[in-house]
Amino acid sequence: MKKLSFKVNLILTIVFLIGVYFFLANANIFGDYWSRIITLIAIYGIMAISYTLVNGITGIFSLGQAGFIAIGAYTSALLTLSIQQKEMSFFIQPLIWPLNSIQIGFFPATIIGGLVAAFFAFLIGYPSLRLTGDYFAIATLAFAEIIRILIQNSYGLTNGTLGLKGISSYTTVWWAWGWLLVTVIVIGSLKFSSYGRALRAISEDPVAAKVMGIDVFRHQMMAFVISGFFAGVSGSLYAHWITTLDPRPASLGVMLTFYVLIMIVIGGLGSISGAIIGAIFFAFVSQWLRMFESNVNFFGFTIPGVPGMSMLMLSAIFILVMIFWRRGVMGKSELSWQSMYNFFKKRVGDENG
Amino acid sequence: MDANLNSFVQNFFNSLSLGGLYALIAVGYTMVYGILRLINFAHGDIFMMGTYFAFYAITLFLLPWWLGFLVAICITGLLGYSIEKIAYRPLRNAPRISSLITAIGVSFFLESFAVVVFGGIPKSFNVYPKFFSEMLVMGKIRIPILTFITIIVTAFLFLFLWVLLYKTKTGLAMRAIAVDIPTTSLMGANVNNVISITFIVGSSFAAVAGILWAMKYPQVQPYMGFTPGLKAFIAAVIGGIGSIQGAIVGGFLLGFLEIMIVGFFPGLAGYRDVFAYVTLVIILMFRPTGIFKVYSEQKV
Repeated sequence: MKKLSFKVNLILTIVFLIGVYFFLANANIFGDYWSRIITLIAIYGIMAISYTLVNGITGIFSLGQAGFIAIGAYTSALLTLSIQQKEMSFFIQPLIWPLNSIQIGFFPATIIGGLVAAFFAFLIGYPSLRLTGDYFAIATLAFAEIIRILIQNSYGLTNGTLGLKGISSYTTVWWAWGWLLVTVIVIGSLKFSSYGRALRAISEDPVAAKVMGIDVFRHQMMAFVISGFFAGVSGSLYAHWITTLDPRPASLGVMLTFYVLIMIVIGGLGSISGAIIGAIFFAFVSQWLRMFESNVNFFGFTIPGVPGMSMLMLSAIFILVMIFWRRGVMGKSELSWQSMYNFFKKRVGDENG
Repeated sequence: MDANLNSFVQNFFNSLSLGGLYALIAVGYTMVYGILRLINFAHGDIFMMGTYFAFYAITLFLLPWWLGFLVAICITGLLGYSIEKIAYRPLRNAPRISSLITAIGVSFFLESFAVVVFGGIPKSFNVYPKFFSEMLVMGKIRIPILTFITIIVTAFLFLFLWVLLYKTKTGLAMRAIAVDIPTTSLMGANVNNVISITFIVGSSFAAVAGILWAMKYPQVQPYMGFTPGLKAFIAAVIGGIGSIQGAIVGGFLLGFLEIMIVGFFPGLAGYRDVFAYVTLVIILMFRPTGIFKVYSEQKV
């Protein structure tokens, strides 16, 4: 059997997902709660894929993803908020001129959010990409913190510590999964193009790649800016999913970067399907572990809930994965229909003979 | 002019004590980096755990304050030892980025551990003798006694570190491992023990800094380690990461920069943390090896 191309795989996956969706929708399994979780999975998926493009495929270790997500979230939320809502929220200092009198649709706002984040990725990448290894990680972390502190202190632009409230919840299952699809198509075709091979070469050995004539800086910059764009898009979707934004470290700060890092490490650094698997894992497990944070009735005994438990267990899982199972679920490879077919054929073949 | 001079003297002592605290934490980063080429991301959280240990030793186990502090410092050293043994040692031969990722995991583990076990609500750290917070008044200048204590303790610990590094065999082994691990182990030094000692010393220093910090800003909470940790790391980079003199100089430089800028431009107080980060970026752009150039190699 001929090896299936990326496009064929993608089309099969879309058909499969649509089938699953209609099956579940008809079976009436989608409650309000579950459709919110399924939307969140797609948002996490976009965050994880954009992050794995930099940290996995290109092999430069950034810790600034939350900064780009925050920029996308704030930009799009400021564009879609109604004018009355803005007047109500900004009571310490009124919003500056062009933003206080415009309101645009969700789709263009998301695009603009992505573009602004990509622009910031360019600004940050330009100096940072001259650094290597852990220096790059720390520089991007510092930039993400600078972005967060600026958001926290510019009352005329972002409402500072008060945050933004009353953002319309535009993000539906369709928007989120639609954008996830766009992300997979763009980053997937990038990974399997000549650019992607160059990026892989850079991640294996930047010096050797340079010797082979690859412009390391430009390729890394391209990956960083594309990653910034999709991080911004995911931020916009996230803002219109959660409907309030505030610049505390726990919501749009280094904590968020860590969540996305958990996803891509568990899924396998550098794998797009791994990133989605990691996102699904993270969304379900963090919801499930939340039960330890409220009181649980266990055969008549009440076990008191402990706040923070889910985070503790997730970080323990994360450390264990790093020590014992560093390649994660997928490693650098991709899940494809071909590989599943081969996997089951081998299993069946083993059983038969 | 006189008022300006007074505020300058006050700011000077404040910067000296804040810089000393940054330097104490930065030494832990730089020692570990010098030996393992690992940014110990969890160092700021070890600092946080140290303050909690001191807090509970005194409030829960009712130890006198000096004994409580001493016990807390020892337990924190033990914590640093166990973290190295459990989380970093299995990854010593893995790609460097894997140990960095693990260190980030350890950092969040400690933070959420503190939230679960100690509670997320900030606690007031009023377990030290009251005369620490009294003011020493010289004319119009008022400086808390704690500031002087911080400066003296810091100076004493750096003296201790100097003796350890340059007058003992362990110190010799530490300096040798920083250059080349296999050769040092061929010379008969027990590399694992030396690395453990490095972690114990670094973590105890972080605990001392944590206790002094908690007395200065009398509060403990699970996320208190992030910002001082990151800034101390920046101090280590400014001085040239891997170099101990560099970490000390970098810590004081950062302390002076922060206090003086906020002291003379009070309007910028909200952006206080930004200065440290911007300094880091500028240093990394123009002199990534820091003030004290550190030996580094790149194999091709």
